[in-house]
Amino acid sequence: MASIPQKVVHQYLRHNKKFPHVWCAGCSNGIVLGAVIRAIHELQIPKDDVMMVSGIGCTSRMPVYVDFNSLHTLHGRAIAFATGIKMVKPNMKVIVITGDGDATAIGGNHFIHAARRNIDLTVLVLNNHIYGMTGGQYSPTTPEGDFASTTPYGNIDEPFNICQLAMGAGATFVARGTAFHALETQTLIKEAILHKGCSVLEIVSSCPVIYGRLNKKGSPSRMLENMRDNSINIKAAEKLPPEQTEGKIIRGILKKDDKAVEYYDKYTQLVNRIKSKNK
Amino acid sequence: MAKEEVKAPQELEKDWVLMQGNEAVAKAAIDVGVKFFAGYPITPSTEIAEILAEELPLNDGVYIQMEDEISSMCAVIGASLAGAKSLTATSGPGFSLMQEAIGFAKISETPCVIVNVQRTGPSTGLPTKPGQGDIMQARWGSHGDGPAIVLYPDSVKEAYELTIRAFNLSEKYRTCVILLMDEVLGHMREAVLLPDISKFRVINRLKPTVPPEWYKHYEEDQKYLSPLASYGEGYRFHVTGLAHDAHGFPTNKPAEVKTMVTRLKKKITHNIRDIVQIESFMMEDAKVAIFAVGIVSRAAKSAILKARNEGLKVGLLRPLTIWPFPDEAVQKMLRNVETVIVPELNQGQLIHEIERLTKDKTDSDIVKIQKANGELITPNEIYKSIKEVI
Repeated sequence: MASIPQKVVHQYLRHNKKFPHVWCAGCSNGIVLGAVIRAIHELQIPKDDVMMVSGIGCTSRMPVYVDFNSLHTLHGRAIAFATGIKMVKPNMKVIVITGDGDATAIGGNHFIHAARRNIDLTVLVLNNHIYGMTGGQYSPTTPEGDFASTTPYGNIDEPFNICQLAMGAGATFVARGTAFHALETQTLIKEAILHKGCSVLEIVSSCPVIYGRLNKKGSPSRMLENMRDNSINIKAAEKLPPEQTEGKIIRGILKKDDKAVEYYDKYTQLVNRIKSKNK
Repeated sequence: MAKEEVKAPQELEKDWVLMQGNEAVAKAAIDVGVKFFAGYPITPSTEIAEILAEELPLNDGVYIQMEDEISSMCAVIGASLAGAKSLTATSGPGFSLMQEAIGFAKISETPCVIVNVQRTGPSTGLPTKPGQGDIMQARWGSHGDGPAIVLYPDSVKEAYELTIRAFNLSEKYRTCVILLMDEVLGHMREAVLLPDISKFRVINRLKPTVPPEWYKHYEEDQKYLSPLASYGEGYRFHVTGLAHDAHGFPTNKPAEVKTMVTRLKKKITHNIRDIVQIESFMMEDAKVAIFAVGIVSRAAKSAILKARNEGLKVGLLRPLTIWPFPDEAVQKMLRNVETVIVPELNQGQLIHEIERLTKDKTDSDIVKIQKANGELITPNEIYKSIKEVI
């Protein structure tokens, strides 16, 4: 195996899986994949203990490339499959990789219920505001007025705020990063994995080939720079008056509740309670 | 109705229990080693969930009530891939919602069992009334061209036995197995003497013996069987609903896809004699055969006993495995029969299979009795039909 380059990411990629990957040139999914790998590497989690589960879409192709336990499921259902795995193998680090359409449209029900249960899943939602794999239809996070192949006259739907949705549903760790802020996002991924309970991390990402072109967002690098220019860390935002942060992407940890008991732990407590009663 | 009195030997009387079909399924699940149940409440299957909610926490298992039947089926597949024998139970509307994930269990070759306690359909239909409208859906409900193993009990005792068998087939052939039940069987209480689980052969999935770097998730032997690693045990395999190669990685190469689809089919057809079970009742000299499944076959047996008392040569063929359809056995047994009566609680599903297998017979040789209004077919209706054709 001497021919394998020994950069951190290469140690985690499946070399027997034929690259190149399916993502378009300029897509930010690769940046996020790198951040995920580095976060796991820094946490020194053994590969055998990592379970990566995804649904359907561009983002959901990620698990096939990495040398973890991996499961590429049905559209919207990654969290449901992951719930089954977590309840049987509670010691595994179960990471759900999903997109805005996968998680909040077809999978919206599973998303809110995992948050409500506070089951220990790390849900990474890569939000590129569009259905990329099917050719650019509008998603539940496409901004109002934006164009997609199915909103040729502009989008009239009100978009979801993924983090607010997760917080409202009861997720005990909610954060937001962007593909531009790769190192910050890497830290957030680490925090999300370490949190015991349902963690939702929205990662604002870019689809320059479809969403970018339809909405004249410029080059891939321009779209990444937009994330830099249009976002603000929550710590900085807290010091500013609301009018100065309006319309900005708020980055960082938006909610962290370490007191809530995680779902499998609750189940274990229940089992212990009834077993001791039956003795 | 002809009498079929069940008399318990004195010394065993204490072991006889009054039990519901749904209870029998739940008991079998615990006995066979089910460690995971995910489901969503739906009549007339709910007792299975209720009992397992009580029993699984006491038996080192997990019970979880999901947000719908879609997620229930998905969680069951996830749990099975993590190593647990997994079950869900539902009825018509929920069964429809599960179809996409059932296809995933098939293509990913993940063992699991789905109990569908059928009610009258379509749609919400008659939630508390019997129907046999899901016979074709159990075979063809999920899109694409997947394999199917579907079992169909006729009594509470058999609900217990076939639940065990469903798990055995599912673990052995790495696929989802569907147990179809009639609403009345799910809810009916019968006196049963269940053999101890030690009297049954319990089959568990083959585990890989090779080191992880040699493991192929879809490696097969000549019988199309293959070992199955679980997540978290060092094998780090990939599973996808996409067409895949022997390692489980996506492929669109026609040759590799052909290998996959052939394997899905062959593992059933090659092992059909192991999978298929059929009961033949008073068929030796029969000129008229009744072909029925589940609760309808009980009515048919009563009618046959009455007709036999009058010297009428009539018998019953009852598949316990309805999919794969027992073509060979049915063809052989219907060869010397002049007329086949097919009573079923729908508007014609099993009859198509009989017509397909009896090309030598004219339309008048195949008699249908069909009811889809929530009522059962009575022994007398079948008896009358026998009298009409003899």
